[in-house]
Amino acid sequence: MTAHYPILQVVIPLLAAPVCLFLRIPRLVGLFAFLVSGAAFFISCMLLQQVIADGPISYHIGGWPPPWGIEYRIDTLNAYLLVLVSAMSTVVLIAAQTSIAKEVREDRQTFFYTAYLLCLTGLLGILSTADVFNVFVFLEISALSSYTLIAMGSDRRALTASYQYLIMGTIGATFIIIGVGLMYVMTGTLNMYDLAQRLPEVYHTKTVHCAFGFLIVGVCLKLALFPLHLWLPNAYAYAPSIATTFLAATSTKVAVYLLIRYIFSIFGITFVTTSLPIEEIFLILGLTGIFAASISAIYRLNIKRLFAYSSVAQIGYMILGLAIGTQLGLTATLLHLFNHALMKAAIFLAIGAVVYRIGSAQLIHFAGLGRKMPWTMAALVAGGLSLIGVPLTVGFVSKWYLVVALLDKGWWPVAVLVLISSLLAVVYVWRIIEWIYFTQPRIIIDNVKEAPLSQLIPIWLLVLANIYFGVDTRLTVGVSKLAAQSLFGVNL
Amino acid sequence: MNVLGLYNYWIVVILMLIGFYIVIAHENLVKKLVGLAIFQTSVFFLYISIGKITGATAPIFDEKWQLYSNPLPHVLILTAIVVGIATTALGLSLVVRIQEAYGSIEENDIQIQDTQDQLECQLEAYGIQESLTTFDQDIDE
Repeated sequence: MTAHYPILQVVIPLLAAPVCLFLRIPRLVGLFAFLVSGAAFFISCMLLQQVIADGPISYHIGGWPPPWGIEYRIDTLNAYLLVLVSAMSTVVLIAAQTSIAKEVREDRQTFFYTAYLLCLTGLLGILSTADVFNVFVFLEISALSSYTLIAMGSDRRALTASYQYLIMGTIGATFIIIGVGLMYVMTGTLNMYDLAQRLPEVYHTKTVHCAFGFLIVGVCLKLALFPLHLWLPNAYAYAPSIATTFLAATSTKVAVYLLIRYIFSIFGITFVTTSLPIEEIFLILGLTGIFAASISAIYRLNIKRLFAYSSVAQIGYMILGLAIGTQLGLTATLLHLFNHALMKAAIFLAIGAVVYRIGSAQLIHFAGLGRKMPWTMAALVAGGLSLIGVPLTVGFVSKWYLVVALLDKGWWPVAVLVLISSLLAVVYVWRIIEWIYFTQPRIIIDNVKEAPLSQLIPIWLLVLANIYFGVDTRLTVGVSKLAAQSLFGVNL
Repeated sequence: MNVLGLYNYWIVVILMLIGFYIVIAHENLVKKLVGLAIFQTSVFFLYISIGKITGATAPIFDEKWQLYSNPLPHVLILTAIVVGIATTALGLSLVVRIQEAYGSIEENDIQIQDTQDQLECQLEAYGIQESLTTFDQDIDE
């Protein structure tokens, strides 16, 4: 049983997704999805424990040894992200029970959970597999199901947002398989670790350079790096709140993971930095992304859109960590990956609770809610503070490591810019605080009650996690450092 | 290197660019999906081409033959074809729903309608901004 954990956590949600269709009753399906996701969470925790104790696990599907068979390989990096993704999915599903009942039409609720579990399967699959073509398959499973999730939003703009995402996402995925095909032409293998060994012989060929270019652009489309982010704000703004929360907390993170895998595990950092001016590209795009998206966020009237832009900015920080190209920089990226998932999940769930009560995500409708929904609003503010990077929150920890890594590299002007950009976050978070606490209500909110307990519990679980991991950084920093070390170790 | 001998790769490149151009340039949502399908198909050709070995036969073991084509890329691309069909199907069903919701599948029309929605939202917001100054009087009344 334990030997099959790497595959089980992908297969369980995959098989559970069609079962949802037979259960039919939305409440029952919701509970079932929660249990399935909980099982995946349990397995990923066991995997992380096992990996930290005994080193990487290699699982051969069907008993075929790699490079012929498909290998699932769990090392510190993906075990860490598996825990993150399955934990986020489980916490979000607690709130889903009430939120989905309100935001999605009743005859579609079962489909929502089916698509949700398929999306989870895809994300967990991308994380665990060590086969580049398998990555593409799981990428499409998660992408197709997330288009469906987004299209279930109640606003008609959800449809166009989903369509736009479909076009961009498919182009990205197709770029990735072109890259995979070109790598296969040169090496005759699809296994990541086999590729890493065979690629150095053909590093000088144009085909490999071309493959690398396709892969990087494809993945950057998926992770919404600044000029390729156009699909993200609409998709997040009009999707049902639960879908927004889940996607914001996990899917871009998984794409960042993929980028790290390609750069560090497959091509190797030396090839990457010598073949392309990747440091400069990531540095410039990361920084412009941070500033353009943060400034854009300041002017948004829809609060979901506002935080969607802020997500684009936060991805900029992660890319900045990669641009540094040192072990410290990578640690900062991995930390921010985890921490950003925590804060965005808390924020979007809190917004979801407001949408549940007042049916709107317009900032002006939030006026005066500070008194009506004190716990939800406090959570929203706590998430916002974490986003700014106030000490005692996770945001502080990741920004601290990022700035230290930048100074260590000698890029002090960039470090200054990072600090200035935090001020932009202060502006948009303050704008929200002002509306919530210091403005008279714009709509009748006399009957608005605090969010139900089934939503408050997951929201506050996340807020407390934000604070806990902001104080006690042993787990997050420890694992990030370990993962960064092993990624650099491969190529030394 | 024989440029003409690699003609299938030229076809791949040309199809890819045609598909990509249609996706970017056309405003009709169905045409965009057609472009996307062409774009994906070019990649199928790429994979099919790389499996072929000159003078080789289908990979079914037989004593008469020494050389076999590589079946792996073909198997891979079967998966990608299935994914492509799923994407097109989902895309088309979205277009149907967009047609129901907007009464149009031209990107321009949809954008105009969306901007109007957006404008109403903003008007609501600014209208309230204006009334901010008069808010105290409102309460007195």
